[in-house]
Amino acid sequence: MKMPTPDASVLARRAEIVNALRAIVPGEGVIVERDEMRVYETDALTAYRQLPMVVVLPTTTEQVSQVLKYCNELGIKVVPRGAGTSLSGGALPLADGIILGLGKFNKILDIDYANRTVTAQPGVTNLGITTAVAHEGFYYAPDPSSQIACTIGGNIAENSGGVHCLKYGLTTNNVLGIEMVLMNGDIVRLGGKHLDSEGYDLLGIMTGSEGLLGVVTEVTVRILRKPETLRAVLIGFPSSETGGNCVAAIIAAGIIPGGMEMMDKPAIHAAEEFVHAGYPLDVEALLIVELDGPEAEVHHLIGEVEKIARDCGAVSVRVSESEDERMVFWAGRKAAFPAVGRISPDYLCMDGTIPRKQLPLVLNRMTEMSEKHGLRVANVFHAGDGNLHPLILYDANKPGELQAAEDFGADILKLCVEVGGVLTGEHGVGVEKRDLMIHQFTEIDLNQQQRLKCAFDPEGLLNPGKVFPQLHRCAEMGRMHIHRGQIPFPDLPRF
Amino acid sequence: MKPADADQALEAVRWAISEETPLELVGSGTKRALGRPFQATHTLDLSGLTGVTLYEPEELVLSARAGTPLAELEALLAENRQQFAFEPTDFGPLLGGEAGRQTVGGVVSCNLAGPRRVKAGAVRDHFLGFQAVSGRGEAFKAGGRVVKNVTGYDLPKLVAGAYGTLTVLTEVTLKVLPAPEDTRTVLVRALDDADAIRVMALALQSPYEVAGAAHVPASLAGGLGVEELGGAAATAIRLEGFGPSIEYRAGKLRDLLGGFGTVEFLEREPSLAFWAALRDVKPFVAQPERLVWRLSVPPADGARVVADIKGRLPGSDAYFDWGGGLVWLAVDPGAEAAGQHAVRGAVGLGGGSGGGHATLIRAPDTVRASTDVFHPQPAPLAALSARVKETLDPKRIFNPGRMYAGV
Repeated sequence: MKMPTPDASVLARRAEIVNALRAIVPGEGVIVERDEMRVYETDALTAYRQLPMVVVLPTTTEQVSQVLKYCNELGIKVVPRGAGTSLSGGALPLADGIILGLGKFNKILDIDYANRTVTAQPGVTNLGITTAVAHEGFYYAPDPSSQIACTIGGNIAENSGGVHCLKYGLTTNNVLGIEMVLMNGDIVRLGGKHLDSEGYDLLGIMTGSEGLLGVVTEVTVRILRKPETLRAVLIGFPSSETGGNCVAAIIAAGIIPGGMEMMDKPAIHAAEEFVHAGYPLDVEALLIVELDGPEAEVHHLIGEVEKIARDCGAVSVRVSESEDERMVFWAGRKAAFPAVGRISPDYLCMDGTIPRKQLPLVLNRMTEMSEKHGLRVANVFHAGDGNLHPLILYDANKPGELQAAEDFGADILKLCVEVGGVLTGEHGVGVEKRDLMIHQFTEIDLNQQQRLKCAFDPEGLLNPGKVFPQLHRCAEMGRMHIHRGQIPFPDLPRF
Repeated sequence: MKPADADQALEAVRWAISEETPLELVGSGTKRALGRPFQATHTLDLSGLTGVTLYEPEELVLSARAGTPLAELEALLAENRQQFAFEPTDFGPLLGGEAGRQTVGGVVSCNLAGPRRVKAGAVRDHFLGFQAVSGRGEAFKAGGRVVKNVTGYDLPKLVAGAYGTLTVLTEVTLKVLPAPEDTRTVLVRALDDADAIRVMALALQSPYEVAGAAHVPASLAGGLGVEELGGAAATAIRLEGFGPSIEYRAGKLRDLLGGFGTVEFLEREPSLAFWAALRDVKPFVAQPERLVWRLSVPPADGARVVADIKGRLPGSDAYFDWGGGLVWLAVDPGAEAAGQHAVRGAVGLGGGSGGGHATLIRAPDTVRASTDVFHPQPAPLAALSARVKETLDPKRIFNPGRMYAGV
């Protein structure tokens, strides 16, 4: 993985830079010892590691502003970091850059039930927001599977989703406002507790911008009342085609489930051996459909889904009759990643989205690719929204297998684009899929996106080397006028 | 200039860039009187770019050329029992034109969502991808046609609500959703604004999946043209979905809200009429001399903001959508033509995480020329917005100054 060439003149001034940063963030907020910086050398994409030049852990927005202003003036690169759970290398450090850790921004600032909002600092975990309002019967809908550890600031950087996002949307659909700091130190507020932010929708651009545009220092999200009832249906199919048809039939009936997840045979077997959820082992595809909402509605729709499933040729249909049983249905799906980890020394988790109807074609082509690359693949699939997670099994100790796995993964993502989908549904581009961007976008498309970065960060200092396959200087991109200028989480369930 | 396809649109833009002459981008023109008046010697009429290019009901996705009439798309969706869940507002009659004429490109560009915004989100939340021509004379695309996509910057969000100041949209891709099987409205009668805000908050805090929460005071109730409503203030909670579910939720809400006042129901037809009239600002259509503002505020602040404005601008009238978070306000033309200081003073400029903003929707050209039509921004944000404009339209070709001077 080729990263931007370190700037020797910046590295030579490290001592001076450390002193300046210590003047801004006093006490233990500046970390310079190699051993202490070791925990920041990778995010959850542990294949890539790099020690930063220095780590800074500010505690106030004013400090963030001063740090960025200082770095902007001296041409020092900055990599913002939340909990470091990114799966695409979004928080991978740079040798000549600082890591700006937001971990100390960990307070909930305001809970407003009348407006149904929570305002929090960016280092609060996703689950922390729900925990803060659960006693009143509320929750925050986007539920990335790393929600116990990942932060709300990181969720904004990655536009995180989860099982619920077909019905309740991604981060971008649930964030109402942010305070952020631009690379030049300007502090800007976008949106608030009202529903539509004003002017250009910069909040929409910031969400999912992978830390390239600004540093978020405060977040306001909307919260929802917990549904009265949740029930799940476990449906086995003789083929992925019949499973896919059933998903389409459920949606055609006007039903948008709270969650709709599919697993293929290798994933079903791995999960069943791991958690003994009672999954049928003689099926080719297993679908979990969860319905949530008012009691009468869920009761009505469970019957509809059961009927649709049988009409689609399901070979087994089980409806959860208790909360315990519903949890058991999910246990295998939620443990699918660690379960697959038990049957292979290593695996690579891919993340592409396809139009749902292309699923049988994509699965068949994946089987062919599996033979070509000589590696097995297991599939878990957010069936509701077309987001695929092929798990490519390999052994890093066998020469050439990592490369084969990466080639296999790239082939899968290119296929996703070819059938009308995209390179990443929820994990982000980061460094992992950076060089594949040319398969989805033309050079003109990519230049247009990079120009947008110039509006926020003209010197290209914020998280360079991520998302875009080529670094451009803003000035060279069409006579642009510039105004003034590892902490891996191996035990987290991954969807 | 009226291009017949995207290639011709590209040629037209390249010509305008070479001549450094600004273009007014127009679909059917229903929202032409919206925004700051600006000078453009040429019009780029996009109404020739029509037709559905992709509709896959089972994938919940539809693509169409930007000039396609929205009504055509809505009819197509209805055949498949689907809809645009953001419930687009039709400003035709409010701005002195006809109803039902707007194009899908105009709807996306102005990001004007109706009452279902509280549950389903705004236009931007359903806008998956686009093809466009930039002010650099380049055809480009952004986003995609799948719901879950984090590949690169979310440019569709930026373009939605940019009022045609950033790109010429040639094709848009939108998420669609199943249309509800049925609908019914729970009405609580004769509440004042403050109590109505409390009732709407209670309903929106409930698990009963409210798909609209509005309050219309007695002075404007008649203007909605819904006979069943009568003349008393109406606080309306909309339910949508499957029959048995609506029945159940309506009962639960009646129990929840009964303590506040008389509870009635509007059944399907009058309910549809009520929310359509509310969405399209019907109470103010018949009062063409009054100026109309659209305020977005924290919902719980709605009544306070309106009381404050009424204190400063006697004779003004307002009703509430989005649980109190969207205020439709009519003011009489007075000494300070648009009443902008009173309105913006009540909303409050910036300040804390609350926020809010006010947009002048209907006023004569002279008033819109001398008023900040869109909410003024703090200097760093205004500078950032100008730099964003620069990235897509450096020569200020597209609708220059329609949102902000110089942008």
